[in-house]
Amino acid sequence: MTATDDRLRSVILDTLKAVAPDGDVENLDPGRSFHDQLDIDSVDFLNFAMALERRLGVRVAEVDYPRLSSLDGCLAYLTPRITAIDGPPPAN
Amino acid sequence: MTVGQLAIANGDDASISALALDRWLAAGAGERVALTFVGPDLRTDPWTWHRLAAEAERFASMFAAAGIGKGDGIFTLLGRVPALYLTALAAWRRRAVFSSLFASFGPQPIATRLHRGHACALVTTADLYRRKIAAIRDSLPALRDVFLIDGEAAGCQSLASALAAVEGAPPAVAAAADAETPAFVHFTSGTTGAPKGAVHVHGAATAMAESARLVLGYAPAAKVWCTADPGWITGVAYGLIAPLVTGASAIIDEGDFEIGRWYQLIARHRVESWYTSPTALRMLMRGGVELPRQYDLSSLRIVASVGEPLNPEVVRWGEAAFGLSIRDTWWQTETGSILIANGWNETVVPGALGYPLPGIDAAIVERLPSGAVAEIVAPTDIGELAIRRPWPGMFRGFLDDPERTAQAFAGDWYLTGDLARRDAAGRFRFVGRADDIISSAGHRIGPFEVESALMEHPSVAEAGVVGVPDPLIGERVKAFVVLKPGYEGTPELERGLLALARRRLGPTLAPREITFMPALPKTRSGKILRRVLKCRELGLPEGDLSTLETAEPG
Repeated sequence: MTATDDRLRSVILDTLKAVAPDGDVENLDPGRSFHDQLDIDSVDFLNFAMALERRLGVRVAEVDYPRLSSLDGCLAYLTPRITAIDGPPPAN
Repeated sequence: MTVGQLAIANGDDASISALALDRWLAAGAGERVALTFVGPDLRTDPWTWHRLAAEAERFASMFAAAGIGKGDGIFTLLGRVPALYLTALAAWRRRAVFSSLFASFGPQPIATRLHRGHACALVTTADLYRRKIAAIRDSLPALRDVFLIDGEAAGCQSLASALAAVEGAPPAVAAAADAETPAFVHFTSGTTGAPKGAVHVHGAATAMAESARLVLGYAPAAKVWCTADPGWITGVAYGLIAPLVTGASAIIDEGDFEIGRWYQLIARHRVESWYTSPTALRMLMRGGVELPRQYDLSSLRIVASVGEPLNPEVVRWGEAAFGLSIRDTWWQTETGSILIANGWNETVVPGALGYPLPGIDAAIVERLPSGAVAEIVAPTDIGELAIRRPWPGMFRGFLDDPERTAQAFAGDWYLTGDLARRDAAGRFRFVGRADDIISSAGHRIGPFEVESALMEHPSVAEAGVVGVPDPLIGERVKAFVVLKPGYEGTPELERGLLALARRRLGPTLAPREITFMPALPKTRSGKILRRVLKCRELGLPEGDLSTLETAEPG
């Protein structure tokens, strides 16, 4: 795993944690959907996707949102699309 | 004369199950597709009237074997899967009282509703049971039977085994029901106190069916898709009862909202009538007009919306995206069916609610100090929207709560709590709420329920919860919290409070943001002034509530 992968992963998890602070974000199965593992509704998911877009400076087409529904999905979709990760470092 | 009235006149069964199932079997329509379930993987599962009636009968036998009958509370905590709809139909066959809860609710709102609704049976999943019910089960002694549609858990029965045990049982349909027999309860929030269970009767089905014909274009074999979850009364009234009573063919999507999926469903199933919410439409609008044009949506004839005011921009986007003007509809859990709608008797006027349906007398009123109300006749003056009672779908009262039932009426008028005005042409236009109820993504959220959950945290001295405007979901739940001495309002504490609220309430009702304050604005008697909190949040003058109201859409 590269340093960028690591950084991207922690941005994703941190963004998820801000939307669903009740969830056990650290122990997610990366291949399963967030929805199956956390108590999130469609508004939470949209907030998560939009926050990721803001934080990574990436535009995700609405029709592609389902590709962000798991950690592996996020990494696969976002890795080739980001140029640099800016925004504040993860809080934890 | 309506179908329901005909049945009563003939001394027949006026139950929803008779109107929704038996009548179509008798008419030889048994092999037509009544409901089509679409799984998360888009696999479709068509249910003919015949299959639906046979399976509902098995569920009814199962409830009969458990001793559940007239007046008993049968609840579901499920996604939009066949078992939810079969439980409803079986409950009506048994003349029991059905109630469906959102699977996204947390343990606290679930416990409150099961308790207040006298639930004696619950149908749910093993996962939901473990996560949300197991810990509260002891507080619900009246809840005798829990049926799990999958898996196992202590103190529960497997639905499959319970159904197998009643194979070959005699018919479980109860004695004929009249139109006034209670059929279902939906909970709705007030500004104060616990949620209220609005009781609806079997006779409401005819009002649902007739309004669906008039406003939504439901007709025999018409392909209809009401996207509302049955946790909302809309999902029961226009997603289940009205399609079955009118003979329409309904789509039920078990999956979650996804832009591409929704357009695909409309195209693949040739949906003609689509009833959804402003929040969903605003989410779709983010995809622009190009995306819908990539799908063949030519089957659509009617697009309608309910649950919150529909902004004119959405109507204009709908015209560009679908070539159709989206019809706004107004009704509430208490009204039982659509009472006011845009576009049923004239071209859609963006931003208006439209005119009352035939037989509905609506007015703008002001409350007088005496407790009576006076009708406001001057056009464009803002007042409270009121409906003259009775009307067929009207709730018959709040469960075990004659006091709050009485408070909902003044003389002949049902007071809706919505502020509205009429335009020069007499159309109704929504202005805002007359009380502190929050309208978020179509949910009517009572601040009291949210404040109570926050108060459980040891750091919280006081909490005031309001809705702040949100471009997507109408209003966002925001909490203002005063901490006890010795606690500091750190980001960690904010996260901890949000997490607690989400665990107790579930994501739908929980606040999405918290602001810590040294004190909350209050009346001299100590009541939290939520409106002042809201005014401060919006940067409005605190005394000027009318400015606040007109700032809202509509």
